[in-house]
Amino acid sequence: MSKKTAINRIIIHTVLILGCIVMIVPFAWMFLTAFKTSSEATQISPFVIFPTAFRLDAFKSVMSKMNFLLLYKNTMVLIIGRVICAVLTATMAGYALGRLNFMGKGLAFSLVLFQMMVPSQIFIIPQYLMVSKLGMLNTSFALIFPGLVTAFGTFLLRQAFMGLPGELEEAARLDGCNIFQTFLYVMAPLTKSSMVALGIFTALFGYKDLMWPLVVNIEQTTMPLSAALAKLQGQFTANYPELMAASLLACIPMIVIYIIFQKQFIEGIATSGGKL
Amino acid sequence: MTVKTKRKGTRQSRNEFIWGWIFLLPTMAGLMILNIIPIFQTVYQSFFKTGAFGKGNVFIGLDNYIKMAGDSAVWQALFNTFKYTLVEVPVSIVIAIILAVLINQKLRGRTVYRVIYFLPMVAAPAAVAMVWRWLYNTEFGLLNHLRNMAGLGSVSWISNPRIAFISVAVVGIWSVIGYNMVLFLAGLQEIPRDFYEAASIDGANGIYQFFRITLPLISPTMFFVTVTRTIGALQVFDSIYMMMDRTNPALPKTQSLVYLFYKYSFTEGNKGYGSAIVVLLLAVIMVITVIQMICQKKWVSYN
Repeated sequence: MSKKTAINRIIIHTVLILGCIVMIVPFAWMFLTAFKTSSEATQISPFVIFPTAFRLDAFKSVMSKMNFLLLYKNTMVLIIGRVICAVLTATMAGYALGRLNFMGKGLAFSLVLFQMMVPSQIFIIPQYLMVSKLGMLNTSFALIFPGLVTAFGTFLLRQAFMGLPGELEEAARLDGCNIFQTFLYVMAPLTKSSMVALGIFTALFGYKDLMWPLVVNIEQTTMPLSAALAKLQGQFTANYPELMAASLLACIPMIVIYIIFQKQFIEGIATSGGKL
Repeated sequence: MTVKTKRKGTRQSRNEFIWGWIFLLPTMAGLMILNIIPIFQTVYQSFFKTGAFGKGNVFIGLDNYIKMAGDSAVWQALFNTFKYTLVEVPVSIVIAIILAVLINQKLRGRTVYRVIYFLPMVAAPAAVAMVWRWLYNTEFGLLNHLRNMAGLGSVSWISNPRIAFISVAVVGIWSVIGYNMVLFLAGLQEIPRDFYEAASIDGANGIYQFFRITLPLISPTMFFVTVTRTIGALQVFDSIYMMMDRTNPALPKTQSLVYLFYKYSFTEGNKGYGSAIVVLLLAVIMVITVIQMICQKKWVSYN
């Protein structure tokens, strides 16, 4: 019996490790290519897997074409702006929808659900025209704009508030807290894990957003990483070490943050995804 | 006494009304301005012909829809989108379930596995598409090098119209497996261990347990993942936009509805026609989601 389990374990590990290789090879290839010379990357006989030396030429030349400090800053602005807005508005609205009874609540909640079912591309043209009419194209505001509020986050926080026991609220009220104080000091702190989950979710999908930045921020100085990569590929299709160096520079910060906070990331996605 | 509680009750409910709307106000105002009104604006816009740079908004009634009905590129894109979805969603779900079941056992290194499988989720889609494009490169790509080593000929992964959509779908599957797996792991962890212990005592083997215990008990998670991933796959854009050049001969056979929406609305500036396409997408997603909701009664078991 134990011999059978040992063999089972070896088979399972083999399958999982093979899968991991498939997951990692593209990243490894990105990394290796970024340090090659252009001729090493496009040499077929013999095919070069490891660069003869880890050269930084591709990084230097791509950094002279793109201002990465600015791109990181723009991406940070997008992420932080959207996370703050999402967590703040969704926590407040989630409390109202999850714990209070008042007229119009049902209608408000059905609007939230409705928004979640609609593909986001349907909002893009009117949102673009709004930003354009405000004269705010190519600004930080434009990057944050679609993320000012979040129906998904509101739903997530509503579920979190609904899961809290009612006695706490009662006790706070008997102690003389008004609704706002009950919310701020008693109930909201208890939904911290959902707020973190929403924050991670918003940050990740903000970082990955491609179409909106391509539409509103087309100037080099105001675009985030995703749009800059798209522009770079359009300009220099053939220089693979440079394209891979740029990809690596765009991916590294998020990957490092992810590896440090992997538990929060994965649990955040699991709770925000699973709670729907 | 009764009067007092009643007065207290009305004061409480008045307070809840006031605070409720104060708390809701930012979200509701935002939802109205950013989402609800734009839906109607997009539908409205789809009845207009827009020239380049938004000039000359001319009302043309249903002409955009009539044009769309006769536009073979739109039909082909709709077909491409369905084809992509029918490959990406089932394959990524089956692989993710298998991985989740394997990782869910008391296994050494399960955290490391989880971290690695989820890794593509945290990479920028633009970078992911670029590195895959490089892997797929016909002359210098790693994949064709491996094929040549095995004595097989080179393949035009993304410029052969018959293969390109599968190559794009592989990138989609690779990117989303970890996400689906994490959701399934969360679902699996809610299954009580004693279910399996009882089944083992009864002599049920692993495969029997998988089909009789695991699958029915995670069917709500499966339903959720299927619905959300289908909606996501029907909106595929990033990988096609980044991997397929405008001159790529396989583009007509791979471009999705959202790709066409972007092209007409923002590259060619015809926001009226672009709006009509996105209204079509909305209708498609609504119909498919409703069908899935109806079908769930047949296979999803909530206990």
